[in-house]
Amino acid sequence: MSCSRFLGSVGTIIIKCKDLRIIQLDIPGMEECLNIASSIEALSTLDSVTLMYPFFYRPMFEIVEDGWSAFLPEKEFEVLSSVTDEWRLSYINKDFSICPSYPPVVIVPRSIDDETLQKVAVYRHGGRFPVLSYYHKKNGMVMMRSSQPLTGTNGRRCKEDEKLVNATLRPGKRGYIIDTRSLNAAQQARAKGGGFEQEVYYPQWRRIHRCIERFNILQESLIKLVEACNDQSHNMDRWLSKLEASNWMTYIKEILTAACLAAQCIDREGASVLVHGTEGTDSTLQVTSLAQIILDPDCRTIQGFESLLVREWLQAGHPFQQRCAQSAYSNSKQKFEAPVFLLFLDCVWQILHQFPCSFEFNEHFLVTLFEHAYASQFGTFLGNNENERSKLKLQQKTMSLWSWVNQPEELKNFQNPLFEANSLVIWPSVAPQSLQLWEGVFLRWNRPSRFLDEAEEEMRRIIDYNRFLLDKKLQASGEMAWIGSLGVKMTLSL
Amino acid sequence: MEHIRTTKVEHVKLLDRFSTSNKSLAGTLYLTATHLLFIDANQRETWILHHHIAAVEKLPLTTSGCPLVIQCKNFRIVHFVVPRERDCHDIYNSLLQLSKAAKYEDLYAFSYNPKQNESEQVKGWQLIDLAEEYKRMGVPNDYWQLSDANRDYKICETYPRELYVPRTASKPIIVGSSKFRSKGRFPVLSYYHKDKKAAICRCSQPLSGFSARCLEDEHMLQAISKANPSNRYMYVMDTRPKLNAMANRAAGKGYENEDNYSNIRFQFVGIENIHVMRSSLQKLLEVSGTKGLSVNDFLSGLENSGWLRHIKAVLDAAVFLVKAVAVESASVLVHCSDGWDRTSQVCSLGALLLDSYYRTIKGFMVLIEKDWISFGHKFSDRCCQLDGDPKEISPVFTQFLECVWNLTEQFPQAFEYNEAFLLQIHEHVHSCQFGNFLGNCQKEREELKLKEKTYSLWPFLLDEQKKYQNPLYKPSFSPNLTLLEPNTVSFNFKFWRNMYHQFDRSMHPRQSVYDLIMDMSEQNKQLEEDIKQLEAKIKQKRGRSDAVLVKEHQQSAHPAPVMLKTPPFFKKDQPLIPLNDAVLIFAFAQWCLTRLQREVSVPCQLLSALHLLYQLDSDFPLKNILYKLVLYHTSETNITDNIGKRYQFVIV
Repeated sequence: MSCSRFLGSVGTIIIKCKDLRIIQLDIPGMEECLNIASSIEALSTLDSVTLMYPFFYRPMFEIVEDGWSAFLPEKEFEVLSSVTDEWRLSYINKDFSICPSYPPVVIVPRSIDDETLQKVAVYRHGGRFPVLSYYHKKNGMVMMRSSQPLTGTNGRRCKEDEKLVNATLRPGKRGYIIDTRSLNAAQQARAKGGGFEQEVYYPQWRRIHRCIERFNILQESLIKLVEACNDQSHNMDRWLSKLEASNWMTYIKEILTAACLAAQCIDREGASVLVHGTEGTDSTLQVTSLAQIILDPDCRTIQGFESLLVREWLQAGHPFQQRCAQSAYSNSKQKFEAPVFLLFLDCVWQILHQFPCSFEFNEHFLVTLFEHAYASQFGTFLGNNENERSKLKLQQKTMSLWSWVNQPEELKNFQNPLFEANSLVIWPSVAPQSLQLWEGVFLRWNRPSRFLDEAEEEMRRIIDYNRFLLDKKLQASGEMAWIGSLGVKMTLSL
Repeated sequence: MEHIRTTKVEHVKLLDRFSTSNKSLAGTLYLTATHLLFIDANQRETWILHHHIAAVEKLPLTTSGCPLVIQCKNFRIVHFVVPRERDCHDIYNSLLQLSKAAKYEDLYAFSYNPKQNESEQVKGWQLIDLAEEYKRMGVPNDYWQLSDANRDYKICETYPRELYVPRTASKPIIVGSSKFRSKGRFPVLSYYHKDKKAAICRCSQPLSGFSARCLEDEHMLQAISKANPSNRYMYVMDTRPKLNAMANRAAGKGYENEDNYSNIRFQFVGIENIHVMRSSLQKLLEVSGTKGLSVNDFLSGLENSGWLRHIKAVLDAAVFLVKAVAVESASVLVHCSDGWDRTSQVCSLGALLLDSYYRTIKGFMVLIEKDWISFGHKFSDRCCQLDGDPKEISPVFTQFLECVWNLTEQFPQAFEYNEAFLLQIHEHVHSCQFGNFLGNCQKEREELKLKEKTYSLWPFLLDEQKKYQNPLYKPSFSPNLTLLEPNTVSFNFKFWRNMYHQFDRSMHPRQSVYDLIMDMSEQNKQLEEDIKQLEAKIKQKRGRSDAVLVKEHQQSAHPAPVMLKTPPFFKKDQPLIPLNDAVLIFAFAQWCLTRLQREVSVPCQLLSALHLLYQLDSDFPLKNILYKLVLYHTSETNITDNIGKRYQFVIV
């Protein structure tokens, strides 16, 4: 929460929350008001992570399943190894020495040994060597992710990197490298020691550049968007031009387009894909996780989506603590603040909006995740990577968000009553006419939603009643058959 | 028919309008007397009514053929490529002729022949009875009466014969007032609010020029304000921008001078004229039709078109009107220039916000009949039914529908009808298939003998009203005469994709919650019926031996009203009937069948169990079921818990 104050004869405190809500408190007594204001100020800008709420929060519910151990990489790998034996778990990073932002366990091609990985890690920004992100069961194609290669200005190559990347290709097949920067940006990165895979050394790969914005550009976009949404006095032209100027919807389209591209390469072209940007902790993860939502029906279930978040965001080292520190009302220019995760959730919402029956979860689930990413009583989103989390001993000292979410009575609130498992790949439309402002987040506090909520309730009721009737009919038919069977020979034992 | 030279062209390609990869469908193009028909290789048919065609354009010849672009009034745009230029030219010329009728008798309505006999036709036209509607509003009464002044269209040609005016407005006042109003459209009643005793009246602009006044007209307004015992002040709303109204003074027209009229409050509300609206829509369509459109181009195009600004202005005007009536109990007189465009929009939307009757299917028809058709909105000119002045074309009625759509979005439970209803009405306003919207005013319609020669749209819509019913509609949402108070902050207005891209399916959500809910609530009715029958049969078969069970079922035989209110915990409370395996399987198969329409996945173990059962007893009526299950069988189990439990039973 950020807080500012305007004092008149009665003290007024305006609290601007990270969930975009703005609360105004009028407090009689100047001094009291000042005291409260400074307390809020101090408490909302704690320096030390260990002083934050998750370390003091004591749950009022009984933990049935501990969320900390609900999504272990080993478990995920078990599923994978049941369909293919081309991959292995590597514990090379178990003490976080090879790559500080990677988890202790990663999945790599079986044919690549740890020694090679070690060399590749040196060649990749922040040690983020290519690892498996997704295996497409339908055709065995894979999506890998990494950070940029450190080619520098003199075009350094790394044979081990080439070997690792090529190990993901089927014989005679080509792959795609999706670079989430513009060609220009990728070229400029060479001056700072970074770079991109050069065609000569990666002849089996085709590189495609898709520009996805980063950092403060995104943060400014969010600030502008929220500002536009909060001002109800805007006339139509002003509202539309503010919405446009925020560029938020443009970024949504860019990210979705890149994700569709990755998914298309895998599913339609039957090619493997490597995705990276600069660090491989932001736009890379947006693309790889959204592509999985498009491709993999499992990711559209609640458990599957949680697992996706754990794999592709938490374990993959998206720096939540840096990115989600202040939210839209930050006044101090935080260098690392950026709504990367919120954009991802917005994109998921866009797909959910277009395929409202293909997701087991509802909009409320996404909004809840947004809230918890920015401020939470649970430790899940604390820290910037697994390394930091283990140092903070979050597992021992805090509660996992998943422990709470996955309780049956909580799950009910997140379930989409219309869900019917859809095993198909779902291709969203990215036409501007198909994209919508995520009102559930951005207009949430700015308009009365009573009528919409009631309509939703009514919808739920119709669905429940439908289930009830189907069930009842089934029962009655069963009974009919039972009565009928009394007369006819139908004694069966299976 | 003389316009058709080529009736059939093969190997025509239909291009996807938005695809950047020039995706196309090959097929055959047919030209009939009334429609253009394209049948693609998958035997899918695209019908385009000639009257729906707004423009045909022949693009320069390409290597693959001659491109022909057809723009329709319902915002469908089709892009054909005809292999031979001569064919293309023939079709182009034919369509140019066929899409523009020279006289009303050439319109589709005069040749359209549904299977209706004469008495049905007459009854169809009687479905909407405006006299009945005024009675429903509570007029005539102590203050308002039916005037016969315009019985022969002598005072105002563009008004209906039956008009309601204040009792104190004598004939000379009416005549005098009408002479002082543009096109003779003097103030008359449009809507009467029973509870507030306030009236919405409509007229055209006064011929006031810079200083002219008319005592009769002043009396007329006084009569209106006196007819309202709750508030002696009345509002006069000029729906035009002030500048336009002032400019009209130079032409001897203008607006009311507050000094000359006692007890009026004068207000401009600033809705733009038909020309501005026409070009606004033009711009909107240009933007939305762009291939590979970026988000920012879309948003800035939306802004530059001004379309949503105009929609908001119309709705804001209606909100102003409604507040005057509902909050201040004041009567309001609404006018624009001629009182048939903006005035119709504002009066009808105002009534819709005030009176829940107009939010029902029948009520909406009445509203359109009253404020649009009978009061002479020039449908023929505005929708370009005949080949006429292109400057008269304007999407005024479309805007009205769009405002209503925006309201349905804000109040999902307040309307009995749905979006499809609005779209269908829009379709037929332009189709000229029914007589309702032909011509510019009632007098013209009578002269055309439409009631004898054509059919009314409304009974057809009522016949298929299932399609147009809003499954979420709650009549108790807003009991009679409760006001809807829409929020008109800019962000509430959205681009109406389903109108302007109705035919561009690739832009729509791939699954529609709405359709699903609609099907479900329809299915629910059927299920209630089925269950009732089944239970009756069971009862009959069981006789009285098992009194407890029967009683149980009697209770649930009429679940509708009770169940509608109880939360869905019923599953647990229902005791399961003792079942053996076969019955379980049979029941499950039945359940599967009911669900199959929605592509449920089925566990493979169950399949084998069913198969086994079938082998054991070939009389078991499962062959069909099995076949279907195999068809739909995908991969994993996904059945509700309840069924899951029973299913385990089966396998164990």
